[in-house]
Amino acid sequence: MEPVISLLPVFAIAVSGVAAFFIMFTKKNPNLREFWSFAAAFIKLGLVIAITPTILAGNTMEYTLFTVLPGIELKFRVDALGLIFATTASFLWIIATVYSIGYMRSLNEHAQTRYFACFAVALFSAIGVAFSANLFTLYLFYEILSIMTYPLVAHNEDKAAFDGARKYLVYLVATAKVFLLGAVVMTYMVSGTLDFVPGGILNAEMGSGLVILIYILFILGLAKNGIMPLHNWLPSAMVAPTPVSGLLHAVAVVKVGVFSVVRVMLDTVGIDTMAALGVGLPTVYFVSVTIIAASIIALTKDDLKARLAYSTVSQLSYIVLGMALLTPKGLTGAMMHIPNHAVSKITLFFCAGSIYVSAHLKKISLIGGISKKMPWTAAAFTIGSFSMIGVPAFAGFTSKWYMAVGAVEQGYDVALYVLLASTVLNAAYFLPVVFTMYFGTPPEGQNYDDVKERPMVVAPIVVTAILTVVIGIFPDYFIGLAERMVWR
Amino acid sequence: MGEIPNLLSIVIFLPLVGAILLLFIKNVRAIRWVALIFTVVDFFISLPLLINFDKTTAAFQFVEKYEWIGPLNINYYLGIDGISILFIFLTTFIGWMCVLVSWKAITFKVKEFMIALLVMQTAMLGVFCALDFVLFYLFWEAMLIPMYLIIGVWGGARRLYSAVKFFLYTLAGSVLLLVGMIALYYAAEGTFEIPLLMIHKYSFTFQIWCFIAFFIAFAIKVPMFPFHTWLPDAHVNAPTAGSVILAGILLKMGTYGLIRFSIPMFPDAAQYFAFPIIVLSLIAIVYGGLLALAQTDMKKLVAYSSVSHMGFVTIGLFLFNKNGIEGGILQMFNHGITTSALFVLIGLIYERTHTREIKNYGWVLKMMPWYAMFFFIFTLASLGFPSTNGFIGEILVLFGAYAVNQWFLLWLLVGIVIGAAYMLYMAERMLFGSNLSGTYEQFKGKITDINLREALVLVCLAIMVFLVGLQPMPFLDFMHESVQHLMNQVNGVDVVAATSLIAH
Repeated sequence: MEPVISLLPVFAIAVSGVAAFFIMFTKKNPNLREFWSFAAAFIKLGLVIAITPTILAGNTMEYTLFTVLPGIELKFRVDALGLIFATTASFLWIIATVYSIGYMRSLNEHAQTRYFACFAVALFSAIGVAFSANLFTLYLFYEILSIMTYPLVAHNEDKAAFDGARKYLVYLVATAKVFLLGAVVMTYMVSGTLDFVPGGILNAEMGSGLVILIYILFILGLAKNGIMPLHNWLPSAMVAPTPVSGLLHAVAVVKVGVFSVVRVMLDTVGIDTMAALGVGLPTVYFVSVTIIAASIIALTKDDLKARLAYSTVSQLSYIVLGMALLTPKGLTGAMMHIPNHAVSKITLFFCAGSIYVSAHLKKISLIGGISKKMPWTAAAFTIGSFSMIGVPAFAGFTSKWYMAVGAVEQGYDVALYVLLASTVLNAAYFLPVVFTMYFGTPPEGQNYDDVKERPMVVAPIVVTAILTVVIGIFPDYFIGLAERMVWR
Repeated sequence: MGEIPNLLSIVIFLPLVGAILLLFIKNVRAIRWVALIFTVVDFFISLPLLINFDKTTAAFQFVEKYEWIGPLNINYYLGIDGISILFIFLTTFIGWMCVLVSWKAITFKVKEFMIALLVMQTAMLGVFCALDFVLFYLFWEAMLIPMYLIIGVWGGARRLYSAVKFFLYTLAGSVLLLVGMIALYYAAEGTFEIPLLMIHKYSFTFQIWCFIAFFIAFAIKVPMFPFHTWLPDAHVNAPTAGSVILAGILLKMGTYGLIRFSIPMFPDAAQYFAFPIIVLSLIAIVYGGLLALAQTDMKKLVAYSSVSHMGFVTIGLFLFNKNGIEGGILQMFNHGITTSALFVLIGLIYERTHTREIKNYGWVLKMMPWYAMFFFIFTLASLGFPSTNGFIGEILVLFGAYAVNQWFLLWLLVGIVIGAAYMLYMAERMLFGSNLSGTYEQFKGKITDINLREALVLVCLAIMVFLVGLQPMPFLDFMHESVQHLMNQVNGVDVVAATSLIAH
């Protein structure tokens, strides 16, 4: 089928970029400023929804803005994978905007204009990555995202914030410049194109050593995927305000990393090429280290956000693991895990933020029994935790199930053991938090008399928590999209 | 060819006419305006060159040839090809900006300064157009004196030291150039015509010696490692316009010389020396980058970054493939735009605060948001952010390098990361500032954001950044044929007959 030529994807990307300007020029009027964020978020979601029927009909939508160099174009294409990510990100942007307003205003934060403007640009580049039709476009938006989220991480402007933000930038920019740019250049030189083509543009005949090298460079270069040993930026980025950690470091930024890995595996290297080169199992081993090690580190963290950060590192590698299984079920599970993990993890981060806004507490050991004062938050946290663990009927279950089946299909027993072991570890570091919130007691000399949940902060949490359950029980939509990518 | 006869001469000498006119003007305001008008007009009349340029030939165009010193066979001989045209444009484009950025910065001897600028302009344009070696040498030497004055009279604290250092280094190169030129004259049986010198076949030994002489002369100008030590001194002490000319145009003279003389005239020697030169370039890229990383003075930082960026140009040229050479030439152009812009920015803030120490800043985003935005744009352009001009130049060089040797790619990528590191590190400390220094209180309320005059310069430069970054093909189209011709010369493909080099 001929792809549909349409400007819709361009508009869907651009709307938040344009909104950033409006936000900057209305700094004097906070309500009007926040209106722009909302307007852009709703328009963006609307445009993504408008694209959806075409994709569900089995077609793709594309638009070439212009050619930069021969074979290098600024070009967008929406397919099922891009739609999965774009739907997730644009929907959660609305939620995160409500949450951000509640969070920022409750804490009376400084530099809110810069905050909302950068937030909009982050979404601009996330959707840009989702809709990229070639490596150049992807690289462009990937880099914009790295640079423009720096002010968000450094938001507090104290030493810790600057150190964390610097580390963030060093990791992301250096890996993108050395490994990713190197991989892009080599891909172009061996294949003469940077386009994403179903089935990939590299094949083993181009020299298996070379293609394996390019593959490794991609995995390392897309360091937003949080695979060890290049994961350290993620915990450091936790100095950012919680809505940033929630949307960016659970959804937009890290998902751009894994999304790009998925995209490269499907459309640049190609699943068949990966199988021919035998890189599947080594990749499984490589990311298994991350899955297990990050979970163990998470166990040791008393800071709630730090624990969530390491949980994210671990969960992101699930997606790469699922891809590396190289079976239809594995791939489907991996792609489904993008939205599933997103809604669950954003819930958890928002809960951490809610506790901070209401009680100014960050440590798990200090929030014993807080559920009495913050029932909604505690309930949502429980749902998010169940989803992370992979309890049936919660979002995380379906993707994990698919990946486990994929592991059996492919005969990669190690992947199955890793999934099981990490489930136990997930339970080990999430359930104590839930237990503490409900049944713990506050440390001596501390009480929650003044603690009160903020409606603007809690409402978004409730929505994402409900969503976690809904897509856990009705996973068909995302399964359908993911399978569309598998059976092209 | 073209509607206006002698267009090149007009473009070249119009600034000189302006300089002569300035001699008779006393009013300082009028002097500034006259200088501005002449440079702006010069820019506009250079545009027909771009429009009427025939992109389908490597031959020299807009040729003018008049007998000058008959007995020695020296002619007044001008012409441009796909390589020089971009630099004519760059020179006239930067020219009026130099006047604008000096508007308030130069407070004494304004007339002399503007005259020096205009004379400089004529000499630089002459270098890019000259097709007779003696004429080339004349313009080449003519650049030296106004530049010496610009640094030595209107410069910073150590202006005389830097000016003399600049003068001596460049003069040393010029002497070698002169020797080489005379040797060529005899070897090519009595001609100074560059197109003829290009097609003449020289013996290998002769090529080696002449190449070395020319190479040192041009390498000093570039400046290539290890001839780069004059550059930071010159930059730090030069006034803003001086730095802009230096970075924007003068450094390009060296690499232009390599393309115009060293490579086509001595192709065998160029091949012979290609590897050592590539190694020197790679050293320059990384070493210059590391030096830049260590600087606390922002002007020095950008000066050392030039050493690193020019390394990309020289490596590109000596890769001898299409991507490499075109990337190198485009990178020359890009560096002219981006680094000029950075020096303009540094000059602007220095005018306001009289300090160039990075640690004294950190409040720029708060007090000068528009300035910060431009600073950020040009930082990104400098570090080769995709969608900016730097990215296109770098990626072409990367393509070229990979085709020759995979290890070059690795080394270049390391250089690019260092480039990102020092630029972002500077931007971070300048704009955000991890340690809000006491200067925040000192300058609070006293610093104004950029004014319209300054914004005009920055906007024009920013447009070029994104124009090249997003639509590089029109720029590359100019050079395709000339680069192909250059590659044929190097790779020993039969060179077209002498006459076909000159369009009729």
